[in-house]
Amino acid sequence: MYEAAVKHGAPEGIFTCLESHTLEDNAYLMQHKDIGLIDATGGPSAVKAAYSSGKPALGVGPGNTPVYLEKTADVSMAVVDIITSKTFDNGTICASEQTVVIDDEIYDVVLKKFAELGAHVCNEKETELLGRTVIDPGTGFMQPLAVGQKATDIARMIGLRVKPNTKLLIAPIQGVGREHPLSVEKLFPVLSVYRAKSVDEALKVCVDVNHAGGLGHTAVIFSRNDETIRRFGEVINAGRIIVNSPGSIGALGGVYNDMVPTFSFGCGTGGGNSTTDNINVYHYLNIKRVARRTPAHMWFRVPSQIYFNMNAVENLRRLPSQSTIIVTNPPLEQFGLVDIVRRYIPPETHVHVSVIPDAEPEVSVVMQGVEALNFYKADQIIALGGGSVIDAAKIMKLKYESPQADLEELAAPFLDLRKRVIDFPTEKVNRARLIAISTTSGTGSEVTPFAVLTDKERGCKVTLADYSLSPDVAIVDPQFVMSMPKGLTADTGIDCLTHALEAGVSIYASAYTDSNAMQAIRLVFKYLPIAYEQPQNEEARTMMHNAACIAAMAFANASVGVNHALAHAFGARFHVAHGRANALMLPHVIAYNAAVPSKFMPSPNQRGYTAHQKYALVSDLLGLGGHTIEEKVSNLVTAIERLLDQLAFPRSIAAMGISKEDFGLAMPELVKNAFDDPSGRSNPRMPLVSELEELFWSAYKGRGLAKVASASQQQTS
Amino acid sequence: MDGLNMATIAEWVRIDAERVIEGLQDAREMLDSANGELVLDFSSVRRIDAGAVTALQTLAATADEKTVKVVLRGVNIEMYKVLKLVKLTRRFSFLT
Repeated sequence: MYEAAVKHGAPEGIFTCLESHTLEDNAYLMQHKDIGLIDATGGPSAVKAAYSSGKPALGVGPGNTPVYLEKTADVSMAVVDIITSKTFDNGTICASEQTVVIDDEIYDVVLKKFAELGAHVCNEKETELLGRTVIDPGTGFMQPLAVGQKATDIARMIGLRVKPNTKLLIAPIQGVGREHPLSVEKLFPVLSVYRAKSVDEALKVCVDVNHAGGLGHTAVIFSRNDETIRRFGEVINAGRIIVNSPGSIGALGGVYNDMVPTFSFGCGTGGGNSTTDNINVYHYLNIKRVARRTPAHMWFRVPSQIYFNMNAVENLRRLPSQSTIIVTNPPLEQFGLVDIVRRYIPPETHVHVSVIPDAEPEVSVVMQGVEALNFYKADQIIALGGGSVIDAAKIMKLKYESPQADLEELAAPFLDLRKRVIDFPTEKVNRARLIAISTTSGTGSEVTPFAVLTDKERGCKVTLADYSLSPDVAIVDPQFVMSMPKGLTADTGIDCLTHALEAGVSIYASAYTDSNAMQAIRLVFKYLPIAYEQPQNEEARTMMHNAACIAAMAFANASVGVNHALAHAFGARFHVAHGRANALMLPHVIAYNAAVPSKFMPSPNQRGYTAHQKYALVSDLLGLGGHTIEEKVSNLVTAIERLLDQLAFPRSIAAMGISKEDFGLAMPELVKNAFDDPSGRSNPRMPLVSELEELFWSAYKGRGLAKVASASQQQTS
Repeated sequence: MDGLNMATIAEWVRIDAERVIEGLQDAREMLDSANGELVLDFSSVRRIDAGAVTALQTLAATADEKTVKVVLRGVNIEMYKVLKLVKLTRRFSFLT
């Protein structure tokens, strides 16, 4: 090997062999400063010395290979394989078979076959004598003098007369452990056999053998029953489960299977090793990886059909259905909005109305809705309402189509929606089209993949996010928002503006989401004051309804940011409407994001920090003037503050009557909840706990105080 | 009674899959009256958690103190593997 390696360009001295060495020599080498890696294949003391040397080390462990010869196995093949393996190098390969557990039904046939092919089956007395001779009664381990000896020589040791061509001594045992000496590893052609009355007993004995000195090493099964093979593989702790092939040659790899060839078997933690691999040349290499930046996977996903403008609800006529459930809430039913919807559902459709009583639907209510969907065998769900109703309908659809969906599991937090660990179910027992008709101009739930509902039992909100939750059809018809009260118009309008601004500077922003965000911002500045002052102005209502949906398309794909994290925490603690809470934070958050971050948010999709530039772009879009980025951002903040004044929002949290003392007492909870809120993970600036507290206090003191960082601090490249 | 083989009837406790820990705690309290042997029937138990392992360890310790033999019946292979890993099999007898 050495000569061949040098001939092919390996450095001189690449291999060295100590032909005669002592433990001291080994210790010296292991400690030597020029030794970079130790691969210890040998006895436990050598492995322990290697691992104790302080050098990177690969070690192997002892084996005690159990074999399960199950009743469906090909007996002829199995017996030949076992003899081939156990006599290979006279049984010195540590992966060779040690105890064969044989199903009762085939036990006699198997032993007869072994005898026919050159094995000697010991009687009880011979087995007892063999155990006393080849196993050290003091240590319980095999006697070194027997290792690697021929079967006939071992027979001679105990005075046993066997045929001259005997290949193997077979010793029936009744259990595993010290009282059954032959149940341990025997690196010579002596094989224990055990008769098992059931699969469970066989597996139990195999586990016992595995734990009697062979953890992490090798196990063998002969069977045609895939389920038994699976169970065996599951309960045995071994780096190599060899199926229907010889243990030693199978484990060595490359002959009976595609495992990497080796003479060194890693046994994992079970055997006190660092790997369960077949140790090979790749374990000796330092592998250098050059990882080039790859752009993040991006997409723009929205419902396939979005119908908008006045009377868009008439498009329901295009959507055939046998059985439709309308999910809504009591006021909308009382005000006749449900009747408007029903008018446009094809006459042949059976329609049932499911009224959700609570403003914030909870899990139990959603499950009642699922019962209704099942009862009426619905093929279509129409969610008519604000965000809560549409969110509830999304989850009803999820549980109706995939009853196995575990809401708690699906609500597991994630850093990146694109790389989440928990997948939403794709197997569906029912199919229903979800049509969302929004009756407010803010949440945009009709096009988003998000759903929030309350779990009163666990006292928390469950937030789900997955594109499979997005409605199939969105109907953005302003006739459903013409009667929105002024306060709600203002709150939802600013929620829409916040969606657009946060999506615009999000780390997931793209040209696709930017185009929607910018257009929504332009529409809000132009039409929100009109819709607020003139509620019956159809154009303003239409444009604001469209703006909410357009902004939602942006944040459905780019998410929101720290403004929402703050608003969620504050709104929940002090029972403030979501849009109003957003409004209190907005000027301060823009100033915060426009400054040089104390911590940047990892964002493979972005090239450099651009939040301040994006705000300046918004300012230009709105024609707010200014020459520098700082001026433009400052003008944007001022314009937003002016808009909030126009809509009669309170200027500060203090102005809402919340005392400084109460606010201070709530601060730890507010900050924690804001920090934990998933919205903050897409913010361009990574919010520190201390910064969240500062933002809360800024909002408490009020607007007009938000200061944009000076231009000298900006990266204006 | 020297020289006379007495047949003893062991106490028999069925462990409920939904209340494994509670069942083991109950069994522990029965050790005093167990007449030398206590059989715990795990036939309906498919898996055990860390709490049940702790309860089994406590039960084994108390059984040792009171010199009561505890026999586990109907332990499936998956559960047996766990008991093996935590070195508890040597402290009980097993009945299939």
